[in-house]
Amino acid sequence: MTEPIFELNDIVVTVNHGTPEQINIMDHINLSIYPGDFITILGSNGAGKSTLFNVIGGNIPITTGQILLHGKDITNMSVERRTRFLSRVFQDPKMGTAPRMTVAENLLLSEKRGQYRGFGSRHLKAHMAKFKDITSVMNNGLEDRLNTATGKLSGGQRQALSFLMATIKRPEILLLDEHTAALDPQTSQELMQATNDQITRNHLTCLMITHHLDDALKYGNRLVVLDHGKITYDIAGDEKDNLTKEELLSFFNDLDD
Amino acid sequence: MSIIVSAIGQGLTWGIVGIGLFLTFRILDFPDMTVEGTFPMGAAACVAAIYSGASPLVATLIAFIAGMLAGLVTGLLYTKVKIPVLLAGILVMTAAYSVNLRIMGRANLSLFGKPTMLRNHFLESLPPYFDSVVLGIVVVAIVTALIIYFLQTNLGQAFIATGDNPTMARSLGISTDAMQIMGLGVSNGLIGLGGALVAQNNGFADVNMGIGVIVVALASIIIGEVVFGDLTMNQRLIAVTIGSILYRFVILLVLKLGFNANDLNLISAIVLAIFMMLPVLENRFRIRHTLAKGMTKHD
Repeated sequence: MTEPIFELNDIVVTVNHGTPEQINIMDHINLSIYPGDFITILGSNGAGKSTLFNVIGGNIPITTGQILLHGKDITNMSVERRTRFLSRVFQDPKMGTAPRMTVAENLLLSEKRGQYRGFGSRHLKAHMAKFKDITSVMNNGLEDRLNTATGKLSGGQRQALSFLMATIKRPEILLLDEHTAALDPQTSQELMQATNDQITRNHLTCLMITHHLDDALKYGNRLVVLDHGKITYDIAGDEKDNLTKEELLSFFNDLDD
Repeated sequence: MSIIVSAIGQGLTWGIVGIGLFLTFRILDFPDMTVEGTFPMGAAACVAAIYSGASPLVATLIAFIAGMLAGLVTGLLYTKVKIPVLLAGILVMTAAYSVNLRIMGRANLSLFGKPTMLRNHFLESLPPYFDSVVLGIVVVAIVTALIIYFLQTNLGQAFIATGDNPTMARSLGISTDAMQIMGLGVSNGLIGLGGALVAQNNGFADVNMGIGVIVVALASIIIGEVVFGDLTMNQRLIAVTIGSILYRFVILLVLKLGFNANDLNLISAIVLAIFMMLPVLENRFRIRHTLAKGMTKHD
């Protein structure tokens, strides 16, 4: 068995401490992420899906528990430092790109994710050919709009760009936070297909939150279900491949009882 | 004629203040009130330094540093103590008033008979008022070139991204706190520098000279934008200085119409308000225009 890249050990996040509303929004979570894992994450609203991503990204402090990267404790590492190994695509197309900067400028920014940014010239022109290649794989005309401000792109193009920005510098872990949810069904399917192609081709390690049971079954090698801040279901490999939508649905119905 | 040359000289000097405010107001999207304190602080620091025997050039650089320090305080209050930026600026602006009195030892200090950057052989050999034009062009050119270069660096791009989308910037590992502190520092440094040049131009520093500075600086930015419309970032920086000169012309015109110099702040505010209204008025006009066109076509 290979070593996990990333481990969450007994993570608890408590909010409203000392008040009657005190609640554990992460309740003793244990999760080990292995190289090449493509984990789809399901859960109803308030189950703790976004909290899980915020814990991994360092955006919210944990109450107790330990976070390990390659076996090293990074529990108190800042958000900025974690971007060296982590990248993220948000649900809202407006969140992932700088609207007044051009597509090429955004890509250039993301190419230095987690790295030192100094007084060296950015050398935008030298990157244009490479950016054209990278954007053309999305098949949505992005490659012809490299000098357009991203605020003028369609939602689909912006999300495709966000995805490219998250993967242009290979992340050790990629977090996709319902990144196709804000798009129309057609565009959503196209982006999901392109996402899957990129992840499989480049053997990326990825966690993807989704609301689509079909997507959760179709993509990835592992499926995790969250409920009330707990992991209630975690299957991988053949077991996941053989899972049917009916079984998954019945499982969700059990949760409600 | 000389009155126009004088207006150009003033416009250039105040252009530096406009560029300083551009960094926070337009790039970081901050309403930074610190400037009303850092402008007289630059003037006070410069004049006090000249009094204590520093060369005018050194005194002007000290003014930059003084302004920058005040800006850093605003930045720290905003990022580390989480005081809203508008309030943080007002706090530092208010505190700066007392600091400025301390620096000068009194409410105003004349540079009469003291060396300034305008008192050298070359500038004094020029026709009247051309000295401030030449000095203004040199300083504005240096400042604009440095900022344009900076914005093209990796750090400068991170700075722009911080203002454009802080969430994204953080997700790419950019320390938005550091960018905002830096922006407030450099911006107020430039405004202090502007204050030092204005003091040398006018021949004195006054503790009350900061009142209305933010309106004048905003007017430079907005007039530049309204007159030139859609521009690239570099062109916008240059447009600020041109806007600043145009603003001086407008003020000159208004004073020629017979308004009193005591009404200057009222006039400044009205000029800024009018220029901010123009895009709205034009939009309305265009809508009517197209509507009218559409009607006639169908006829």
